[in-house]
This record gives sequence, C-alpha cells and structure tokens, in this order.
Amino acid sequence: MPVVLTFIFLYGNFFLLNFKKGSLILKRLLLGNLAAAQGLWQAGCDFISSYPGTPSTEITEATATLPDIYSEWAPNEKVALESAFGASLAGHRAAVAQKHVGLNVAADPLFTMSYTGVNAGLVIFVADDPGLHSSQNEQDSRNYAKAAKVPMLEPSNSQEILDFTIVAFDLSEQFDTPVLIRLNTRVAHSQSIVTTGDRVSYSKPYSKDISKFVMVPAFAKARHPLVEKRIQDLAAFAESSNLNQLEFNDTDIGFITSSSAYLYLKEICPDASFLKLGIVHPLPDNLIRQFAAKVNRLVVVEELDPFILDHVKALGINCVNINLPCIGEFFPNLLADKLGKPTPPTIELDENIPARPPVMCAGCPHRGLFYSLKKNKCTVLGDIGCYTLGAMPPLSTIEMTLCMGASIGATHGFNKVLGTKSEGKTVAVIGDSTFIHSGMTGLTNVAYNQSNSTVIILDNSITGMTGHQQNPTTGLNIKGDPAGKVDLEALCRAMGINRVRVVDPYDLKSCDTAIKEELAAKEPSVIISRRPCALLKNVKHKPPLHVDSDKCIGCKSCMKIGCPAISMKNGKAVVDQTQCVGCEVCSQLCPKKAFARES
Amino acid sequence: MKTKNIIIVGVGGQGSLLASKILGHLFVNEGFDVKVSEVHGMSQRGGSVITYVRFGDKVYSPIVDRGQADFIVSFELLETARALPFLKIGGQIVTNTQQIDPMPVITGAATYPENLVEKIRAKGIKIDAMDCLSLAKQSGSPKAVNIVLLGRLSHYFDIPETSWQNSLKANVPQKFLDINQRAFALGKQFV
Repeated sequence: MPVVLTFIFLYGNFFLLNFKKGSLILKRLLLGNLAAAQGLWQAGCDFISSYPGTPSTEITEATATLPDIYSEWAPNEKVALESAFGASLAGHRAAVAQKHVGLNVAADPLFTMSYTGVNAGLVIFVADDPGLHSSQNEQDSRNYAKAAKVPMLEPSNSQEILDFTIVAFDLSEQFDTPVLIRLNTRVAHSQSIVTTGDRVSYSKPYSKDISKFVMVPAFAKARHPLVEKRIQDLAAFAESSNLNQLEFNDTDIGFITSSSAYLYLKEICPDASFLKLGIVHPLPDNLIRQFAAKVNRLVVVEELDPFILDHVKALGINCVNINLPCIGEFFPNLLADKLGKPTPPTIELDENIPARPPVMCAGCPHRGLFYSLKKNKCTVLGDIGCYTLGAMPPLSTIEMTLCMGASIGATHGFNKVLGTKSEGKTVAVIGDSTFIHSGMTGLTNVAYNQSNSTVIILDNSITGMTGHQQNPTTGLNIKGDPAGKVDLEALCRAMGINRVRVVDPYDLKSCDTAIKEELAAKEPSVIISRRPCALLKNVKHKPPLHVDSDKCIGCKSCMKIGCPAISMKNGKAVVDQTQCVGCEVCSQLCPKKAFARES
Repeated sequence: MKTKNIIIVGVGGQGSLLASKILGHLFVNEGFDVKVSEVHGMSQRGGSVITYVRFGDKVYSPIVDRGQADFIVSFELLETARALPFLKIGGQIVTNTQQIDPMPVITGAATYPENLVEKIRAKGIKIDAMDCLSLAKQSGSPKAVNIVLLGRLSHYFDIPETSWQNSLKANVPQKFLDINQRAFALGKQFV
C-alpha cells in the first residue's frame, strides 16, 4: 500500500488500480517526462543528477518527489554526468536528463565513458527540440550516439519511455556501456496512457579495476577495440530486439521511422508497412534489408538530420525521396502533403493577426536593468535565459546570444580586439544559474587575462526560463530544503575581480549610476543586479498602480520598458490591474507623476 | 469512435494546463484512448500557447494540425482568431471574449483587430463567445475562467454530468471546489 500512497501523492490524482499477479499495476495518463521518472523508479535507479533544460526538466523534478531516488540539480550537465558516472561506478543505477545542447556540455565525459563502460547501469536522457520551441539551435542528438559509439533508444510515447528506460539499464549492464535515450519535445511533453509497475532494487559491488577505469593512453588504447566490438555486438542485438518492430500490412509502401514521426504516419497511412525503430543507433542492417526487400516503395521518415536515410543509402538500398525537410518540426499535414495525401481545408480571417511573442513578465526584475543599458547605449552580449527576451523591442538591447556562459567569453574577446573602441560601453549579461553553469570560467579569464570588461549577473534567485528550479546560488536544493549557497560577491572577488557591486533593478537611478561608473572604471568589474523573479510564490508584491488620466500627457515614456501591463488607450496610459505587481519601474519614468496607488 | 480533436489556446500563464488535465482525466475515465500535448518553456512567458487534447478508440498522434480541430477552446479572443485555421469545417468554437494586448499592439506596431466574434461568425463558424472573466468572478474567483469554458464545452459531449463533476473533484483543490462547480454551471447555462 505505501506504493499507492506514493503515486497518489506524486501525481496528485486518480487512476485505475489493477492487481495483477500480486503486484500493483496502475494505469494512467502520464506526461512523457513523468513516464521517464516512473521508468527510473521501476528500474531501481538510485541516483539522478541533471541541469534543467526544456523539454527535459520534468524528469528530474518528478524523481525528486519520490523517496527512493536521490535527485539533484547539478551546476551543469558535465558535472551531472560525471556524478552519475560516480554513482554507477559505485554500483548503483544512475541517470541524467538534459536537453540536446546540454549534451554538448556533457560530451567530454560521455566520449570517454564509452571507453570505460559502466559498473551499474547508466542511462542518459537527451531531449531534442525540433522546431526550436525553447532552444538556441536544432541539433540532432543521434549524431552523438554515433560519434561516441554508444547505443541510443528512441521511444515514441509515454509507455515506451517507461519500458525503454527499464530496458536501457539492462542493456547498459549487459553491454557495459552508457545508454542514451532520445526524446523530443512532442514525446517528452505529451501525455498518453501508461501501465505502471513495481520498483526493483539493484546494486552491485564496486571493485578497483584500473585498466577499465583509469583512462591513461596505455589503458585507453586497450579499451578502444572493446568499444568497436561492442557496437558490433549491439548491432547484432538490434537485429532481433523487440525494440525494433516490423509491421507488415500493405507492402506497396513501407516506412522506416521512429518517434513522433511514426505516430503521425500511423494516422496518415494506417495500412502501410512499418519498420519502427526503437534503437536508432546502431541500426540493424539485415532488418532494414529484409524490410526493404518486401515493400515496393521504401520511405525513410525522420525529423532533423538524414541519420537513418544516409545509413540506408549506404547499404545500397533505394529509397523514395519525398523531399522531407531537415529543418523544423514535422506536422501531420506536412507529411500527408509530402506523401501526396489530401490535407483538410482551413478557414482564415481576412485580417492581420498581430503576433504574440513571449515577453518579460510584468514586474520582471530584468526590465529595469535592460532599460538602463539601453539608455546608456551599451553594446550588450547576452546569454541563455528569460533575459534573452531583452533582445526584443522595445528594450532591444541584447546583440548576441550563443550558448550557456558565452556572454562573458565573447565580451572578453570583443574588448580585447577593439580595446578602447568597445571598453566602456560593452557589457555581458548573464543569469545567476547560467553564471554558475559556465560563466565562472569566462569570468576567471576576464580577471586572469585582464580585459577591461563589465559583467552583469542578473541574479533573480532562481533558474527562471525552465520553470523555477533551485540552483547553487539560491541556498535551497531540488526539494526546497536548505542547501549550500554560493556567495556571488565573494566568488567574483576570489576570482580576482576587485570591483563588485550590487544594485536593485527596480531602482533605475542606481542602475544607471552603477552602469556608468563600472563602464568608466579601467579594470574588470561585476555588477550583480539582484531582485527575485516576480513569479516566485514567496515574493510579496505591492498593490497594482493605476494612471491618473488627468495627469497623463500621453508622452509614452512608460511604454519604453515594454511592460505587458501597460498599454495606451485613447492617448493615455492604462495599467492592467490583473497583471501589474506594483514594481514602480514605470512610475520612475513618468514626467508627470501620473502613476499612483489607490489609497 | 472516430478520434475527436480539441485544441485549447490562450496566453502563456492563463492556466490552460488545468483545463487539459481535467479533460484528459475525464476521457480516460470514460474508457477512451487519450493523448494530451502541451509546450512548456519560452512560449509560457506571455506568448501564444496551444494545448492539444485527442480522444477516441485508438489515438496515435499527440498533436492536432490545421483543419483538424472539432473544438477550439480559447482563453483570449486574438488567440481564437489565430487558431481559426486549426478548426475543422463545421467545428465549434467556445471562447472567452477577454482581450489581452500582445507586445506589438502595446508598442503601437500593430493594432488589435475589432469585432472578431462577428467576423468569425460571418464566416459561418459556430462560436460561443462568453465573458468568462465576469462569469468566473461571479462564481467566486477570476481564476475559474478555464472551468467556465469547460462548462460550456460539456454541452457538446454525450458524457454524463456526474463524470464531469468527478473530474473536477479529482483535479481542483477541495477548498476551491464550490467556486469551480459554480463556474462550471454558469458556463454550462450560457445561452
């Protein structure tokens, strides 16, 4: 019964309880990422360490609500994977979950972990984002499986995520390898019905084995042939594994596909034949040949890179080219159209529908700081987080966003080559969590190689963009319990930055002064813009402001900050009372003091 | 049963996730295969958001494409207009008439189109347009907009009232159940 209580607590509600062979089976609608957490739990995983990243974040958030899996937010994906490796080395099943670009950060340990193999099973979730719903690029993680020579599984729905996760641990131990599980936005963020089961427990002893785990050249040289043999063994396994499924129906057309593309095709061409791949690396050559031989027209359907297609072509097999894009996300109508099937008629208004891009929230602490940067005509090199929205009108300040931490490295290089032409007006902006993730090394370089750079840490006391995760600067752990806390001011000073100051971004005057003074200084400096995210539950807001329309002269000064709560109606500013959180940044810009509170 | 498609649209932060949760719960309990798909992340920061709910005997795809939605449930009028191409010919719209200006309108780069309900109706589209915010306030909380919408949507399904009530109970906190039940009834009674 404790199991029942656990789940009802975890997912908040219902579900059909079936008892089967004495074990508890629950059937329920589950988000793909929660199915991954459930799979980890059932597989006896004891440890997960991750850095948040859409669309992977909920996996680790969910395991943290379970008593049996130690779960943590790591400072970045590299540390997370190294920690999971340590847990595996110690004989406990371990996992990490990250978005596609997170695997770039964790690539270093991954490639050599391929050589060492594991002790207990190690599973790596990587969630791709075709269509860039919430990412800076559209890279295809399958290339990592090939490059690192490790197996990659690709489930298409929540039940498969759960089942594949359990299988992945077995494969990891059987073939002595980390196992990648590739998700995408649709699969990770769709709910479908799953049947769940009980947890198994698993552990094995640690024993010293330096030829396996100390990757110095002599030992690594001896491991490499094992890696090559392993990928051949895995390919042989993939030929007969039920993770790859043959569905022979009408053999006029046959699809080789996986993931969400399979789901779309099942509705567009329900009578077609399918080779649905659950293992996307290594690919099963004989199975592909066997399938190709039985269908008249063979079509490979995969999002992003032609990963499967190139392999099939290299086998000398003819495929029908339906001109699928390697850019963007697939949609059912796109596939139907490419396959010559009708798409439904649509209705549109003869009307221009204004776009609704994401915006900084009302009361967002980043707004005041960005306004001050714009006012000072700064060149702003940005980073990854909500504050990337500072690139958009009307704030229009950020001029570069690349990857986690790049704001600082780029500012350093920018200032080194331009010297006095850019020093004194160029700043890096980076969030608290992003700074810890990979901005610290950049700042060390600024201090070490002494570029006259100003770095602004936007400390909103949370990891915001991914939906409020704790990080090493917040003083709380993943469960919200007290934890170690990085002192940002002391950290920057310890790195060799002498000028470190803190400002409140709601106070425009002090922001302006700090920016002017630090840019004028002839040495590296850090400004910490500190104010918690306005969406945090524990943040107390003042009552909303309203505009005295008699005082308002319609000058639109308050519109320069791009607050979604302020609009112009009949030539006067109006504050949306349901959105305004009373931050008073707008009122500091009003020449007529027209903003006030109901007394 | 042939798969039915619902899309729920609105502005990030308006609370469409609860609506899809209640619908998902309802359809699973009615014995259907169900898929619900939502996008998290960047779009939640005040951008346009869309959630797909599909149910039937066997559902593969988690998303609804243009021309496929039997129902559009909308929290905001501009988003209703934006989502229109998703509607199947003959489909039904249930929308809140609330208007939230997007940033291009706020900055003056664009204007919020006028008389959208009338323009949609003029296309021969069935649309229930309700001031859900007022109805929600009347029921006791401005946050109950989603439940008002579901109340109206319940009209169009051959699913017993008790099933809807059970899904409400299972998904909203006990202390807000009264408010939500009133909101549901107000939506349902809408003419």
